[in-house]
Amino acid sequence: MKKKVIGLMVCMALVVSLLPGCSKDNTKDTSSDAAKEETSGGESGTDESAEVQPEAVTTVGDPKGTHMEIWSFVELHNTYYGKMVEKWNEKNPDRTIEATFTTYPYGDMHNKLIMSLQTGEGAPDICDVEVGQFPNVVAGVDTWLYPLDDAAQPYMDTMVPARMETYMGSDGHYYGAPFHVGATVMYYNMAALEEAGITQADVDAVVTWDDYTALGERYIAAVNQEGKYFTSVDTGGTDWLWLAMAEYGEDWTGGFDGKANIELDSVKNMLNMQVGWLQSGVAEVSPDGHVDLEAGFQNILDHNIVSFPKAMWYMSRFINYMPEEKGNWYIAPCPVFEAGQPDSVGIGGTGTVVTQQAADKELAADFLCYAKMSMEGEQMNWEMLGFDVCNTAMWTDESIIHDDANQYNSFFRNYPYDVLNKIKDNIGKISVVKISPTINEEICNVTLNAILEDGTAVDDALKSSQEVIDLEQ
Amino acid sequence: MKFKKIFYSQKAAPYVFVLPFLLSFIFFWIYPLFSTVTMSFQDITATGKEFIGFKNYTKLLNDKVFHTAMLNSFEYMILSIALLIPFPMLYAVLMDGNLVKAKGLWKALLYLPALTSVVISGTLFRLMFSEYSTGQMNVIMHALGFGSQKWLKVKATGLGALLTLCCWRWTGVNMLYFLSGLKSIDKNLYEAAEIDGASAVQKFRYITIPLLKPTTIYVFTISIYAGLAMFLESFMLWAGNASPNNIGLTIVGYLYRRGIEKNQMGYASAVGLVLLILALIINMVQLVLNGSFKKEER
Repeated sequence: MKKKVIGLMVCMALVVSLLPGCSKDNTKDTSSDAAKEETSGGESGTDESAEVQPEAVTTVGDPKGTHMEIWSFVELHNTYYGKMVEKWNEKNPDRTIEATFTTYPYGDMHNKLIMSLQTGEGAPDICDVEVGQFPNVVAGVDTWLYPLDDAAQPYMDTMVPARMETYMGSDGHYYGAPFHVGATVMYYNMAALEEAGITQADVDAVVTWDDYTALGERYIAAVNQEGKYFTSVDTGGTDWLWLAMAEYGEDWTGGFDGKANIELDSVKNMLNMQVGWLQSGVAEVSPDGHVDLEAGFQNILDHNIVSFPKAMWYMSRFINYMPEEKGNWYIAPCPVFEAGQPDSVGIGGTGTVVTQQAADKELAADFLCYAKMSMEGEQMNWEMLGFDVCNTAMWTDESIIHDDANQYNSFFRNYPYDVLNKIKDNIGKISVVKISPTINEEICNVTLNAILEDGTAVDDALKSSQEVIDLEQ
Repeated sequence: MKFKKIFYSQKAAPYVFVLPFLLSFIFFWIYPLFSTVTMSFQDITATGKEFIGFKNYTKLLNDKVFHTAMLNSFEYMILSIALLIPFPMLYAVLMDGNLVKAKGLWKALLYLPALTSVVISGTLFRLMFSEYSTGQMNVIMHALGFGSQKWLKVKATGLGALLTLCCWRWTGVNMLYFLSGLKSIDKNLYEAAEIDGASAVQKFRYITIPLLKPTTIYVFTISIYAGLAMFLESFMLWAGNASPNNIGLTIVGYLYRRGIEKNQMGYASAVGLVLLILALIINMVQLVLNGSFKKEER
């Protein structure tokens, strides 16, 4: 008898010892980076961490309403949706919602989402998808995602069309609700420029890149100090190149049906100009690759660079990481190669999707479009997140855009939305399609380093990278 | 009682005992292995999959980025073995002898890094090797009178940083393997050699090294696999899977990029199988050359 009991126990112990095998390696990786809220168009979107633990889980809303799971990789986005759920429930007492919000690290969330869409189980009702990752998710068109066309209809008159098209599937339906335009503008450190004898009028007079280069040379000559540059060029981001393409009306992805081609005149002109800047000392190579990283913030704080182009969402980086810079910076439209060209491009973004696994797809879509496109939503968006919202109805509302109590309005020397209104018809668009991640990866890993760091000729580097990209199409 | 009969049967019992292992082996190793082989001949997209023959493999042949990843993994493997066998062996011998004081402390210090998370240490190393003038390594360079270095943008220094991280982390572990190997060497042999007038170097050369061979082969074998399969260190050091000119890209990094980041499971399976086959071939050759498959001579 005793023997039998012992035998059984040993067997059980062996079986139990099996179980932990299924869940091993849970302890890997715990880092995440809220700073990667909007990776620039350039980054291949790889981020830290391969972990599975969510950073925060909260439940908001009416317990009797329809339950929804909402995922994001930025906790602030979820806080924002939470506030919108409460507003929605007030306005729609017959269609209330209770939402559980989960914030995961960037890489994790996208990987989890794709896995759950592929297996058809475990996906959330609503999920944020970063623009660089969007092609992977929208690849599943209406088998994975629920089209937002009907839900977005009431707001379409005033939405920026280019941003809606960014999140369009190959079947022509809209699958993502945008957060912001991501209009690229030029940030100038007026405080530092004034010390070098350059006035705001001088900055306003810059129209072309030649003017910009001349101003840079003037600044460098006036400062005449090692380690001080007018701007920094990126080896780890494609913002400069996107801007150049938009100015010439080119697009290296070739759109939905075209072939990707990076050997474009716009790209070559921009890179040749940057090589010239590096040689003449107007620019340095951005430490760690681009300005949206710790070293980039430090470089700006140290006034080592005094101007750079970046999308308007970069304003929040000033508030969060460089509060000391308050009152120093001035926002202006970007220079162009030839007068009359469009002078901005939409970069970065988060397209929020409704999955086919949602409990009530129609309700989820209606809520999502209300949260991200209605005036109430957009006003909350600007105040909380500081984005250049996609519903242009808000752009002209004086009480909002010139409200001095707003932290963004008071941080900069001019009102951000004034600049936005100035460039609103000139904001170009670069497609984000299936080949985009490959292009970004090759450009940021290889091409830009070869040209700006190693001194490879622009044409040669682009040709060699084009071969790598051709392998994928 | 049929059940009782089986339970007490001398023949069945061993199978019952190995069953848990066999089940886990079948579910978590054999099944994935075979499905990987199938997947490597498929094009798996979001909405379906189809067989495409050897296309994934022919693509690998022309894929320059994959070749870079292979080269990186091999260089890393060779250099890490070149560093992580002789030095830990030397430290183990020192620890085993009477020259070193406070052995426990040294052992603990050398072993400590292995207990830290790669994620944390990788992040710290990234900050240390930052190209900005305030990075620790650049501060040291300045103190020595040199200029700032772009450590993680250049192949040589990037690989150097990876190897530094690797040695910092694994020296202690390998040292413990060698220490346990040393403990099993009969002390009488050393005494006998001393009586015969052997020097310390001779004792090391003719007693320690040959008798440590089983440990060395073990460390060598796992190091080959660990070198080829390295991923997380590079992933943390470059804050992601993207490094300038792909200097930090490894085979597993490429598998991750294709399979997880780009959701091309078919192509990633082909990459994984190539890694498996390479690691198998290298280790087989190595083990055969070392005579591990020969019958015990004793």
